[in-house]
Amino acid sequence: MRLNWREVAAALVPGAVLALWTLAAGAILVATLDAPERGTLYALLEPRFALLVLAWLLLSAALGVALRAAWLHWVVAPARLVEQAQIVLGTDVQREIAPEGSAENRALTQSINALVRERAGLRADIGRKVQEASREIEQERSRLAALMSELTQSVVVCNLDGRILLYNSRARLQFRALSQSPALADGAELIGLGRSIYAVLDRKLVAHALESVQQRLLRGVANPSAQFVTSTHGGQLLRAQMAPVRAIAAAPGEVAAGDAPPAALSGFVLMLDNITRDFADESLRDQLLHGLTEGSRASLGNLQAAVEMLDFDDVDAETRERFHAVIRDEVRAMSQRIQSLASHTVQTQKTRWPLEDMLGADLISAALRRIETLYGCSVSAGDVDASLWLRVDSYSLLQALSGLAGRLVEEYEVRRISLRLANAGNERAHLDLVWAGQAMSTETVMSWEADPIKVGADSSALTVRDVVERHGGAFWFERERVRHEAFFRFLLPLASGQEQLAASLVVHSESRPEYYDFDLFTTSAQAEELADRRLADLSYTVFDTETTGLEPSAGDEIIQIGATRIVGGKLRRQESFEQLVDPRRSIPAAGIPIHGIQPEMVAGQPTIDVVLPAFHAFAQDTVLVAHNAAFDMRFLQLKEAATGVVFDQPVLDTLLLSAVVHPNQQSHRLEEIAARFDVAVLGRHTALGDAMVTAEVFLKMVPLLAEKGIHTLGQAREQAQKTYFARVRY
Amino acid sequence: MTYKILIADDEPNILISLEYLMKREGYQVLLARDGNEALAVMTRERPDLVLLDVMMPGKTGFDVCQAARSDDALSGVKIVLLTAKGRDTDIAKGMALGATDYMTKPFSTKELAARVRSLLEPVA
Repeated sequence: MRLNWREVAAALVPGAVLALWTLAAGAILVATLDAPERGTLYALLEPRFALLVLAWLLLSAALGVALRAAWLHWVVAPARLVEQAQIVLGTDVQREIAPEGSAENRALTQSINALVRERAGLRADIGRKVQEASREIEQERSRLAALMSELTQSVVVCNLDGRILLYNSRARLQFRALSQSPALADGAELIGLGRSIYAVLDRKLVAHALESVQQRLLRGVANPSAQFVTSTHGGQLLRAQMAPVRAIAAAPGEVAAGDAPPAALSGFVLMLDNITRDFADESLRDQLLHGLTEGSRASLGNLQAAVEMLDFDDVDAETRERFHAVIRDEVRAMSQRIQSLASHTVQTQKTRWPLEDMLGADLISAALRRIETLYGCSVSAGDVDASLWLRVDSYSLLQALSGLAGRLVEEYEVRRISLRLANAGNERAHLDLVWAGQAMSTETVMSWEADPIKVGADSSALTVRDVVERHGGAFWFERERVRHEAFFRFLLPLASGQEQLAASLVVHSESRPEYYDFDLFTTSAQAEELADRRLADLSYTVFDTETTGLEPSAGDEIIQIGATRIVGGKLRRQESFEQLVDPRRSIPAAGIPIHGIQPEMVAGQPTIDVVLPAFHAFAQDTVLVAHNAAFDMRFLQLKEAATGVVFDQPVLDTLLLSAVVHPNQQSHRLEEIAARFDVAVLGRHTALGDAMVTAEVFLKMVPLLAEKGIHTLGQAREQAQKTYFARVRY
Repeated sequence: MTYKILIADDEPNILISLEYLMKREGYQVLLARDGNEALAVMTRERPDLVLLDVMMPGKTGFDVCQAARSDDALSGVKIVLLTAKGRDTDIAKGMALGATDYMTKPFSTKELAARVRSLLEPVA
């Protein structure tokens, strides 16, 4: 047992104090006596000195024992209680502290015990409630999942950064059809939890739709949705309907009413339709109709005029013959036209674009804002009829307005631009882009109609004429000489009166939309540097390659790539990538028993210059993870020049991380690590099988790394570099 | 007095009939086969009225109309647009650009003759 110095001191103090006191008292006594008296005193005390010492010893021992007992009773017992209480406080251990020491100390211990019991009760209670709540959430989730899978429409839910939080199988199918390399990544490089929707949809279109949804929300429209149409890389036409996901309002009482804007968004739901086929059909119908009506008008006009001339009695024979020739000619022309229409061969593209209803004033203010930001000129709204609802493709119209304004500013130094909107009657509106300044020729400005629209640095294939055609509208240029102004006028269709109704009938219900209990929107991407992100929060692509041999620089090639994803701390087995690659060389027989890939299996498979871009797309925006990553990365890097794809994302190596986690283990082979973590190894030495094992192993390592104080990507990479294995270079 | 009428159309089949019709109505007739020629004839001959086809190569009827309206010397010329485009947006555009009247093909030659007469000789 350790000697407690304070306890010993407590026992010795009385004796020491007594001795000092006696000596001091004796010294003072002696000082008051004269020499003969001192002699007498010495003579008196000297023979009895032993008795005095004995008395001192006895008294000291008695006092010492008493003081030690008191010290244990009043000082040590409370100190022990403090320690015990701290242990109970700092851990979840549920135990009673044995009472000891003074009555007060015992009472205090009882109270602490009572508090501990109460705390345990509360914890159990909270646990039960959490469990209940998560059961409910689970139930709602499965209801939603059932609903989503039954939907015949594709649904994708995104947060405000455009990251996919939820999608249904229909969406997966649709994205597969959009994928550039459907056979390779199966659409998984486009759709997947945590992936960006902007890989498929134009970011600006989505932003524009979000903005109009937000405006509608602020105005209190009952169903604040927006729709837009976009064409994808493959020329497919997608119609997207966007509905907002509202931010969860703060609990009542937490925030005073009116503090938080009711229109706050936390994400959006996209419902996607592939309308390529519909659209093609419709435009074909349009063309036929157009050919039959407008195309025939001129001929009919010529015919009618000629026939009516023949009605005159005084037509001479020669003129009569000329009119007959006209009639024969036109009849032949019309027959021909109908013939060719019937065989679907007349094709001048006329497009009909799906349009949406929009409050004219919203469009004007959006356009003014854009023009001002883009070109820094002074903008103003002229006379705007605030009651007008337009039926427009607002995105392309805004492009057209900005493009025209841009040319005025940049080519003619126009400083002030205003927009006005008026009812033109006949279900149409005039939208005017008005400016004052330098005279310019009508021909010049009207030639802009047919030029591709350029907005800032972006240019599109679209012309102002295309935009006007989409609306079935008209576009021209006019001057107002008196006011020294000129303007471009768009004649645009008005909306039929539906949305006005929706806006006026709005009921401000703050009730939560269904399926609102999902925690999906908390993952909004942080703007932090990747290196500072926590390992548990990142998305990973875990991959493995099979190769013809071990020396890429000596001509060895990749013959298989397999990869899977980790998003939100979970392995997403269904979002995986597996592809054989034609190495364009022989596969050495020595390796075949290991990877099991026979030469005939890779024959006819895509080559690396096709596979690598697909894999690159699959791995975008994630951290790469591989076992012995240096080896695989070396193969990828050697292909950079040939394929043009660069894998520049951060890389983690489970081999190095294993050495960080278990520095004393002999082997860091994947099988050994898997056995250590009790991960079942299936399909070892197929690329995807190994990637799956690596992913599971990696997931088990993350908490162990955290125990070692390694929480972020930056820390993990730094530690991995420090291990012995980091010095091995391929 | 004899009124001068310019007929501008790229289709000979309509020119034949319209020329005959207008001559029969007693007008002096000028012809043009595209927009640029029409504008040149207008500037040179100062016709009283132009029958102007919208769909012409080079300058369209809309362009000719706009150019004529920006030339003060031609401000008195009456312009009747003839077009196979039947959409009301096109009509609105034509009228906005300064056409005096507008006829959609096919049209009745009687009605055309009557319109031209009423434009040239308004009832006092």
